[in-house]
Amino acid sequence: MTSTTEQTTGTTEQRTADTEQPTGTGDQPTGTAEQPTAAAEQPAAATLLRFATAGSVDDGKSTLVGRLLHDSKSVPADQLEAVEHASRSRGQDAPDLALLTDGLRAEREQGITIDVAYRYFATARRRFILADTPGHVQYTRNMVTGASTAELTVVLVDARNGVVEQTRRHAAVAALLRVPLVVLAVNKMDLVGYAEETFAAIADEFTAYATKLGVPEVAAIPISALRGDNVVEPSSHMDWYGGPTVLEHLETVPVGHETAGCPARFPVQYVIRLQTPEHPDYRGYAGQIAAGSFRVGQEVTVLPSGRTTAVTGIDLLGESVDVARSPQSVTLRLADQLDVSRGDLIAPTASAPAVTQDIEATVCHVADRPLTPGARVLVKHATRTVRAIVKDIVSRVALDDLSPCPAPGSLAANDIGQVVIRTAEPLPVDGYADSRRTGSFLLIDPADGATLTAGMAGHAFAGQAAEEPAKAEDAEGWDF
Amino acid sequence: MTSSTAVAEEVGRPCVLTHLDALESEAVHIFREVAGEFERPVILFSGGKDSIVMLHLALKAFAPAPAPFGLLHVDTGHNFPEVLAHRDRVVAEHSLRLQVASVQDYIDRGELRERPDGTRNPLQTAPLTHAIREQRFDAVFGGGRRDEEKARAKERVFSLRDEFSQWDPRRQRPELWNLYNGRHAPGEHVRVFPLSNWTELDVWQYIAREGIGLPEIYFAHEREVFLRGGMWLTAGAWGGPKDDEPVQKRRVRYRTVGDMSCTGAVDSDAVDLDAVIAEISASRLTERGATRADDRLSETSMEDRKREGYF
Repeated sequence: MTSTTEQTTGTTEQRTADTEQPTGTGDQPTGTAEQPTAAAEQPAAATLLRFATAGSVDDGKSTLVGRLLHDSKSVPADQLEAVEHASRSRGQDAPDLALLTDGLRAEREQGITIDVAYRYFATARRRFILADTPGHVQYTRNMVTGASTAELTVVLVDARNGVVEQTRRHAAVAALLRVPLVVLAVNKMDLVGYAEETFAAIADEFTAYATKLGVPEVAAIPISALRGDNVVEPSSHMDWYGGPTVLEHLETVPVGHETAGCPARFPVQYVIRLQTPEHPDYRGYAGQIAAGSFRVGQEVTVLPSGRTTAVTGIDLLGESVDVARSPQSVTLRLADQLDVSRGDLIAPTASAPAVTQDIEATVCHVADRPLTPGARVLVKHATRTVRAIVKDIVSRVALDDLSPCPAPGSLAANDIGQVVIRTAEPLPVDGYADSRRTGSFLLIDPADGATLTAGMAGHAFAGQAAEEPAKAEDAEGWDF
Repeated sequence: MTSSTAVAEEVGRPCVLTHLDALESEAVHIFREVAGEFERPVILFSGGKDSIVMLHLALKAFAPAPAPFGLLHVDTGHNFPEVLAHRDRVVAEHSLRLQVASVQDYIDRGELRERPDGTRNPLQTAPLTHAIREQRFDAVFGGGRRDEEKARAKERVFSLRDEFSQWDPRRQRPELWNLYNGRHAPGEHVRVFPLSNWTELDVWQYIAREGIGLPEIYFAHEREVFLRGGMWLTAGAWGGPKDDEPVQKRRVRYRTVGDMSCTGAVDSDAVDLDAVIAEISASRLTERGATRADDRLSETSMEDRKREGYF
């Protein structure tokens, strides 16, 4: 288990060979953190951070999101004007920044958030894609959806209430989805007199809990979203806090954790064939590298057939390269004329995954109709979709206290549980702990195509997988 | 699952793409997913910047082979001639198949009626959905971006439409990881938005990086325009100006191109890509807020049109 609250993991952000000239002349960085030295004269092109927010209804999540967007000058004037107009017509004095993120008619009419919305903002250092997940009814599946593509989750806590059941649930979902970075934003510090002890107690309790779940890194920041303390601007009320603001942290935290733990994986999406005078016999396998890197000359195995060949060429969207890495979309050319098609997986022969027809997985059920043992489903794994049957629903997890309920009979919407799936064809499934890309899958209803379930192969929480059997309560609780 | 020793070489070497490379890789992945899973995909292509970028990405995704998609243009009949000329140039250059679904034909046949305000954008829905039904398209690529508009912020990358092409935001499928679910019943289709995660600035930076050609109306030029509803509209046979709308010559450019009757120009001196990027970076208005009358019809006009089948 990794220790918590490390500022960095020791790896430096690796710049790509493609040194694009940043052309943006937009917002200046609001934070004052030091420039990376090598980048001082010719800053590297902006990177992209995808993050999600989690918070229950009254924690002030909308206010935080609104303030992040507003104070980083990412709300265009016409949108702000529309929000001000709508707020006035409801009799509110101040613009209700929550209206920025509630875009649908029903949401505005009922004052609720129906669904995940994606927001975009940028500073000079980084572009952000924010999955803004609602804290309401359909809670867990929305957070799972938002967290599935996120590298970082901001968990909001009300400083007056401290770590509550909902907070533990947020931490559990972030851990379950293996979101590598977690920020604990202790909000409403203005209502507890900006007291350091209050913050420290909450940060310690949360960090201990998240560590137990296997969250590798927690950064705790005391904020007041309403007053703007430590969101974009440093607070003048909390001199005892020496860390970054929320935005500064988002701007500077190292990214690229996605596939650091898995050997190379290449799900074949599409076969490109061509016979022209210029390309007399072109046959390439197009796909996005799901993990690791591939290089020309490397010996690879094609699964499920198990045949072995070598990479003779890598085309990076029209340009020939020697090495390519996740998450680049490339086209691989192979030495032998093998029968390779969509759904196959190419991996280094030395570290090819095993194929299996029996998948043990932790799942989050996202459909309203329940999931029951014996259900005939489709499994979509990487680029392959196969028929499958739900053999067993082993347990259901209570996310508030993490207690497993054995043999629950079925999983309802928003339930998290451990299941066993038997597939009609063998699949090269990695553990989700090793690869979020090749360890994840969907269960789909073959009748109407509805997405039923989000699946993560292997054990539920990092803290319990492959570690020493540790304390009795852990082994008992988490060894599914 | 493999032993950890075999992977030591790769471990701890995160690859950090620039934001443009990350967005490009994601869009290419989306194009290839559709090519792999659908029978009859088509790209909506208007000759505007988003569809031009979308086509550029599609061509890159399958190079050196041609993109396995045809193009469909829903022509309002009120297009900027420069944009149509550019559209035809691009189609010829890449030997693409282009179909045109024409709003004017529907009006001439009496199947659609001109609106009192002269705006034809909402009229595109009927020719679009008819073309989809007739040609049995099962995947329809659109250049929509989530940053454009609040209803679009809730849109999926793969957006299932029923047999009437309707969008129901409450019945959207959760979209998890990059596992796009394209399953659909006969008669249904999927709208696919490869540029979902791009912003207007990303599009311009990508155009600059890739050296993509655009219709010249995106750059500042002298133009005869008149003021209507707070926007500079181009005079033309489509119905403007009225007698009380004096025409002026102004130095303008377009941030978005659509139907001439509802797409406004902005005052600008930006004659090249660098200047356009600088202008957009500094702008405090969204491209739709600045220049699209159809979105000002009501607070939820985009949502309402999308529910009816609009892109």
